[in-house]
Amino acid sequence: MRLAEFRNPEQELERFQRRLAVAGGFVLLAFFLLFLRFSWLQVVQHEHYRTRAEDNRISLVPIVPNRGVIADRNGLVLARNYSAYTLEITPGKVADLEAVINALAAIVDIQPKDRKRFRKLLEESKNFESLPIRTRLSDEEVARFIAQRFRFPGVEIKARLFRQYPQGELASHALGYIGRVNDRDLEKIGDREQENNYRGTEHFGKTGLEQKYEFELHGQTGFEQVEVDAGGHAVRVLERTPPVSGNNLTLTLDAKLQQVVEKAFGKRRGALVAIEPSTGGILALVSMPGYDPNLFVDGINPQDWEWLNTSEDKPMVNRALNGAYPPGSTFKPFMALAALETGKRTPQQTIADPGFFNFGGHTFRDDKKGGHGLVDMYKSIVHSCDTYYYLLANDMGIDAIANFMRQLGLGSRTGIDIEGESEGVLPSQEWKRKRFRKPEQQKWYAGETISIGIGQGYNAYTPIQLAQATAALANNGVMYRPHLVKYIENINTGERTPIEPEPMRTVPLKPANLDVIRQAMVGVNKEGTGARAFAGAEYVSAGKTGTAQVFSLKGGKYEHGKVHERLRDHALFIAFAPADQPKIALAVLVENGGFGAQSAAPIARQVLDYYLLGKLPKEAAAEDEESGEDD
Amino acid sequence: MTEFAFRPREWGRRLVAPIDPTLMVLLGLMLGYALLVLGSASPERLVNQTVNLAVALVVMRVAAQIPPQRLMHLALPLYLGGVLLLLAVALFGDVSKGARRWLNLGFMRIQPSEIMKIAMPLMLAWFFQKHEAMLRLRDWLTAACILLLPVALIVRQPDLGTAVLVLSAGFFVIFLAGLSWKVLALLFFGGLASLPLAWTVLHDYQRQRILTLLNPEADPLGKGFHIIQSTIAVGSGGILGKGWGNGTQTHLEFIPERHTDFIFAVLSEEFGLLGNTFLLVLYALIIGRCLMIAANAPTLFSRLLAGSITLIFFTYAFVNMGMVSGILPVVGVPLPFVSYGGTALVTLFLGVGILMSIHKHRMLVQK
Repeated sequence: MRLAEFRNPEQELERFQRRLAVAGGFVLLAFFLLFLRFSWLQVVQHEHYRTRAEDNRISLVPIVPNRGVIADRNGLVLARNYSAYTLEITPGKVADLEAVINALAAIVDIQPKDRKRFRKLLEESKNFESLPIRTRLSDEEVARFIAQRFRFPGVEIKARLFRQYPQGELASHALGYIGRVNDRDLEKIGDREQENNYRGTEHFGKTGLEQKYEFELHGQTGFEQVEVDAGGHAVRVLERTPPVSGNNLTLTLDAKLQQVVEKAFGKRRGALVAIEPSTGGILALVSMPGYDPNLFVDGINPQDWEWLNTSEDKPMVNRALNGAYPPGSTFKPFMALAALETGKRTPQQTIADPGFFNFGGHTFRDDKKGGHGLVDMYKSIVHSCDTYYYLLANDMGIDAIANFMRQLGLGSRTGIDIEGESEGVLPSQEWKRKRFRKPEQQKWYAGETISIGIGQGYNAYTPIQLAQATAALANNGVMYRPHLVKYIENINTGERTPIEPEPMRTVPLKPANLDVIRQAMVGVNKEGTGARAFAGAEYVSAGKTGTAQVFSLKGGKYEHGKVHERLRDHALFIAFAPADQPKIALAVLVENGGFGAQSAAPIARQVLDYYLLGKLPKEAAAEDEESGEDD
Repeated sequence: MTEFAFRPREWGRRLVAPIDPTLMVLLGLMLGYALLVLGSASPERLVNQTVNLAVALVVMRVAAQIPPQRLMHLALPLYLGGVLLLLAVALFGDVSKGARRWLNLGFMRIQPSEIMKIAMPLMLAWFFQKHEAMLRLRDWLTAACILLLPVALIVRQPDLGTAVLVLSAGFFVIFLAGLSWKVLALLFFGGLASLPLAWTVLHDYQRQRILTLLNPEADPLGKGFHIIQSTIAVGSGGILGKGWGNGTQTHLEFIPERHTDFIFAVLSEEFGLLGNTFLLVLYALIIGRCLMIAANAPTLFSRLLAGSITLIFFTYAFVNMGMVSGILPVVGVPLPFVSYGGTALVTLFLGVGILMSIHKHRMLVQK
């Protein structure tokens, strides 16, 4: 190894210049690399980066549209919006939520219930959503917060539109309620490709009309194209697309009538559906008890939610659509009509009723000890003779009954414009085969047909199905789909879209047969089981009482007062009026109300009185405990 | 009174005498371009930068008059002083942002690592000049020590960016002095092999910077923000750019430090690939001219010094543009002659002045 190099200046200079040349080459190479990099970014990838720069620069700020207003048939507002300030926290931007909320509590009033509601929202939402800790701030509170805003990054005051149901609990099951958008709602939004339209929207219809007509009510979200700087502050508005308010709904519902019904029910549980037979428009849709949809608007607090869901009264269940009840004796007019239409009976045919009917070693009793004597079709309906129908059912057979009832819509969804309607049960041999697994259970026994005749057994229909079938009787078999919305109104164009102008189907019924049934039902209210409730009515109405067993008494005699309240029979009543040109048809059910004549018929009377005469019921009509002629 | 006669032409001739016209024209173009970009990036700083420029030009003119031999005398004291100050920093320095880089002298705070950027090439050039006749292994090792001692001190502060710049400044001198290719290859591959070891020695934030470079999108709003946004600025500029004053990335404040370290993003966004190419060509021409000066320099000292200064210009330019376009990690290196800031300009033009002086004095020595 050489320890030293001896150099001469010439060599030295040459060597140095070679090194410089290498360095110069390296410089050029490096610059060429940079040039390639620039070309990659600025030519090949230009579009990508241009888009990203635009995305950086332009922020689309959604402007949430006004949700459509819901009003009853007379224009009374049932759901509207109001604007209020909320104090909102974006949890993702706040390190110590608890500390921030405590600090905020020193400025604005924050109640324990606000905290609870906030915690519930927090569990249900994502971190970057801003969640209200307080809603409906007063102007003073807003001012106080603004003054100290700098202390609270991640906390903002926002002006928001809130849903308001000015009538409170009225028609709550029809209206439904809105709540914060959840994953299931997002799926629906995705299915409709409405993602963009729902940017910025925080609420979504959860039940009732709010749910069914969500996409009508919502409207078109407006957008502001805002140029923003790196800090996210708006520099200027580039373009503004104003929001388009959602469509308004005008209902067929008569809020006053609805109110009459809800008052008539009082604390009792049950349901009533009143339909305009000539259109299918629903005049009243009552399920008692109701709830206050306003509770849900800014996030329901956990106690209320707990109560609504665990209460024995099940206020969240829409009984009119989801309660399936045996129709009891209200089934008889339909049975009679089926008999006439199938030729199994003539109106004049009479039976001698001994008060019971023996079949296969089992005794089916009539309500009236000793029986009704000689009974023809008219009398069988007016006085609700069970034996007549035991015999009739046996003669017709289950499938003939089912085939007839199916035409009237019993046991199938009516298609009302509220989601989640129940089907009920229209018993038939086929139904039983499908319903049960074990072969011995799948067989239909002739004995089972007997109690079907009086609306018991496997029979189970929703109040709306009963109301629809009653409306079909009233409207000569022409059936409309029951609907709550009369028309949807585009408030910008004023255009109104009616919901159900066309009849759904016409059941081929002979007018003469219909007449027989109508006459008998008029008789019910004139001289039969409904006479007491309709005493002195200024119009001619047709009706039928019914009592549905909740609890089967093994052999013993049913005694109203001695049975636990929840096990008492359900009281039912169907009616339409005026009998010759019906304007209203209804079905009413009072859970555990006992005899239909006693607790259900008086409600129907109040409905008809109000709807036909505009007569409001006398306050606190004394409850009629004394039984007249039972159902 | 003849000495004080009014002879403006003569004064003018004397004033520009040491100035290399080729280099000056190229620099003039560069400075004009720089002011144009700054006028968009931060118009309120134009006046300040013009003042900085004037000061820098005066410094250049003064440096151009100082013969290289005089500079030789400065080498050792400057270097030793720098090392002492670095030691002082290590012992008594102020900590700011987790690094100990500043020395508080009571009336001013200085960053001794900056001194090393000039002292290092001076010192090494002086050292090789002294051992010109005969270079033993021992001399190479000594040179390595001269280089590595301050670099180590700067790394420890920690200030990896400056350390790399000082290291490269010194390395250029050693390279140009003729370190054998074998050793260079050995250093290169040795360096590659020890990369994993270096990784373990790095501070967390330094590792983070490298990771960020490799995948800026991992933390787009945090550590990756600078790289992502400057890359977007460059890419969105396209071939012709968005036009002067129209850079949205720039003017909506997505570009951090847009008048200093990231001014290249502004240039790139507004003038596009065309503007970038123009800048690259200008740099190449300036560096080319400076390399010619180095090639023709009379003494080993002046050659090494001129070559090293030139390559430092290159290093700054390359590192800065590489960082802004997202191929090098973010280190605090300004874009030479373009970034706003007095200190950087003065240092750069001090270098230019030295180069001009070397060029001016080549004949004198040869005579």
